[in-house]
Amino acid sequence: MTLDVSITVSRGGEFTLEMSIRIEAGETVALLGPNGAGKSTAVASLAGLLPIDEGRIVLGNRVLDDPAEGVFVPPEEREIGVVFQDYLLFGHLTVAENVAFGLRSQKEEPDAVDAKTAVWLERLSLARLADTKARDLSGGQAQKVALARALIIDPELLLLDEPMAALDATTRVELRRDLGEHLSEFPGPRLLITHDPTEAFLLADEINVIEEGRITQVGSADDIRLRPRTRYIADLAGSNLLVGNASSGVVTVGTHVLHVADTAIGGSVLATIHPRAVSVHRQHPEGSPRNVWKTTIVRIEHFGDRVRLQTGEPLALAVEVTPAAVDALGLELGSDVWLSVKATEIGVEPG
Amino acid sequence: MARRRLRNGQLRVAFGVAVIGFLLASCGGSSDVSDEIRVSAASSLGEVFIELESAFEAANPGVDVVLNLGGSALLREQILAGAPVDVFASASADTMAPIVDAGLSEGSATVFAQGFLAIAVPAGNPANIDGLVDFGNEELLIGLCDIGVPCGEYGRQVMSRAGVKPAIDTNEPNVRSLLTKIEAGELDAGIVYMTDVIAANARVEGIEIPDAANVAAEYSIAFITEGPNNEGAKVFVEFVLSEFGQMILAGQGFVTP
Amino acid sequence: MSRRQPRIAQSRPPIVFSVLAALGVVFFLLPLIGLLVRTPWSDLVSLLASDVVIDALVLSAIASVAAVIISTIVGVPLAWVLARLEFRGRSLVRGLVLAPLVLPPVVGGAALLFALGRRGVVGEPLYDATGLVLPFSIWGVVVAVTFVSMPFLILTVEGALRNMDSRFEGAAASLGAGRWTVFRRVTLPMIGPSLAAGMILTWSRAIGEFGATVTFAGNLQGETQTLPLAVFVALESNRDAAIALSLLMVAISLTVLVLLRDRWLRSL
Repeated sequence: MTLDVSITVSRGGEFTLEMSIRIEAGETVALLGPNGAGKSTAVASLAGLLPIDEGRIVLGNRVLDDPAEGVFVPPEEREIGVVFQDYLLFGHLTVAENVAFGLRSQKEEPDAVDAKTAVWLERLSLARLADTKARDLSGGQAQKVALARALIIDPELLLLDEPMAALDATTRVELRRDLGEHLSEFPGPRLLITHDPTEAFLLADEINVIEEGRITQVGSADDIRLRPRTRYIADLAGSNLLVGNASSGVVTVGTHVLHVADTAIGGSVLATIHPRAVSVHRQHPEGSPRNVWKTTIVRIEHFGDRVRLQTGEPLALAVEVTPAAVDALGLELGSDVWLSVKATEIGVEPG
Repeated sequence: MARRRLRNGQLRVAFGVAVIGFLLASCGGSSDVSDEIRVSAASSLGEVFIELESAFEAANPGVDVVLNLGGSALLREQILAGAPVDVFASASADTMAPIVDAGLSEGSATVFAQGFLAIAVPAGNPANIDGLVDFGNEELLIGLCDIGVPCGEYGRQVMSRAGVKPAIDTNEPNVRSLLTKIEAGELDAGIVYMTDVIAANARVEGIEIPDAANVAAEYSIAFITEGPNNEGAKVFVEFVLSEFGQMILAGQGFVTP
Repeated sequence: MSRRQPRIAQSRPPIVFSVLAALGVVFFLLPLIGLLVRTPWSDLVSLLASDVVIDALVLSAIASVAAVIISTIVGVPLAWVLARLEFRGRSLVRGLVLAPLVLPPVVGGAALLFALGRRGVVGEPLYDATGLVLPFSIWGVVVAVTFVSMPFLILTVEGALRNMDSRFEGAAASLGAGRWTVFRRVTLPMIGPSLAAGMILTWSRAIGEFGATVTFAGNLQGETQTLPLAVFVALESNRDAAIALSLLMVAISLTVLVLLRDRWLRSL
């Protein structure tokens, strides 16, 4: 089962989305972009809610949309599980009825529907909410219901449209790992639509950045983070994300040790360092910042009034400085530099 | 608690102000307009009163006759409820009686015209109505004016005089709506005033009712003393009763005393 | 009371609002008081127990409920088409549907007569083929009342469909629901409160309909004489009966509207 998309869609005359994406079974691809980039158009086209103008959508051995051949499979026959932005749960129905909606609509035996619904409610820890009306759910609960509702129909493709956007920051962190697990259990191709780089970096195997209806960069999280191809991506992918282990104010990332302000946190964590929070020196810096290490510049890129450096061992980081600093310090590819970061500039959250 | 009471008090004041304002507004009425004469006339008098109006206005420049046409009983209710009317022309003496009884008119009302009844059928008489006997035929669609409406009362008198029990399909609220349904061919026959048949030109056909069964509608007129323009009212009533006025009435098929 | 109520001080209206609102209440209250003052209380029961009243009551009940049912069956699809389909002449169709709102009911009744009467454009072939005559029968009453009241349902439901977030319908379709299932299980429940409001408005208009009914269907006790017709007729002959009947209509309407409103608000 592979999703193969190459489409052109016009919306409202002004805006055109041109996009090609290929997702293998068991692979998660993120479509990362700002609001208005064409992400919603992409979702609508894939789900069959918006016919494409040119190109093809092929899922496995089925052509879902191909205007040149006159093929258009309506949404109800596409077998795509969609977790919509804002979840779009049916507020007048209970949690169980929402989850069972797809199977009931497809005229499955009532007993089979009940049994499968019970399994999915259990799997997403929703059993005690079965009889709650969907409009009374919290954001996190609603996300789980939306996920169960999409997965129970055993779809061939899983489409997640901003699954975290409606959640508050705390819930988002909690549910991200759960979502990652559910994604990895789904056997088919998975497409994650998001505007949040953290989400894309953590959940996706490959990231497609979309800007103004065009895909501007495709790559792994590290490609995007360290080698942004446009100014927008550089801004978007802003923070360095490091996965490590925390213990009493120290986070170990690979072999490197970072001192952080939060001494209470422990276990697996996600550390974020903004590229502009990193200072670059040619000599060991004066004073005593907690985090100082020596490294090499492996890449230099100019984006207008900013220069983006990528550093090598022991910690691949994106660092942003001004062109004046580059001149003053005489930075070039291969230069040895000292980096320093204040402990308070390193964000830490459970990861 | 104190706050709550205060708010109730405020509302009560507001309500009182509103009631007084409303009453003032509705009592205001219009000021005296001596050159306007308001005439309420039965709908069956509509055509002829329009003619009377223009003749009267031609004879009395600067005077405006305002006609209010409607069912006699409805017009009477309006007058009893205090409507500013100067002259009332009713299609029956019975309808007029409560006005006189209430002392709203000076003296008694005057019968100014009579109208005989006729059978009205759609143009071409598709149901082949011959006479009153056909009104007993269940197969036909028969309409009369309703009880309480003058043309309905007269129509029933005609029926009982002819010894026919009518198979009524509708009791129309006034003679106009009865005529509309006959004109449209929806009713096969109905009983209306001869004057209506004449006024309807060829859109309906009339069949005469034998004298023995026919009744005369007595149209009576009165001026209303409560009305804003007593002088004008008197002049208008005199005009209707004058030779010229009676000529106009006769021209429309009314029988004049 | 499980939901949190924001503790905001009850809003205090500007003084001018209090006065105008009170004036509005008075405006609606005075005619009712007028009726109550003139009501012949001692004869009320005997006036209302007459067979004229009972016949009219039964007829009005049947006709108004039939109008609501027909308006719902025809009006909801029509509202859906107007709200969701782009087609040439859509504003023309909407204008047509709203015409009964602005047309004097008597004119509407006459127009129905010319179309559906025994000699009407459609009525004549219908009569020739089947012998069916709509005027002067309960069917005529239902036609007239439906004609005048259905626009209220169409307007309300079309508005609701336009305001509804149609992404929910897309979500249902993506779960494999066909168009009919989407409408039945998602669209209909979501516009439910508006549909209920539309049905109540339609019923209210239907129960009070006079002009179109008397013009198209005529007036015969037990056949076509609904409550408003009975009131009008009584006004000409027996004013006490007319007032008693009017009071009955006000009582029925108030009861139904208050009960239904409570019910439907609670379901929100």
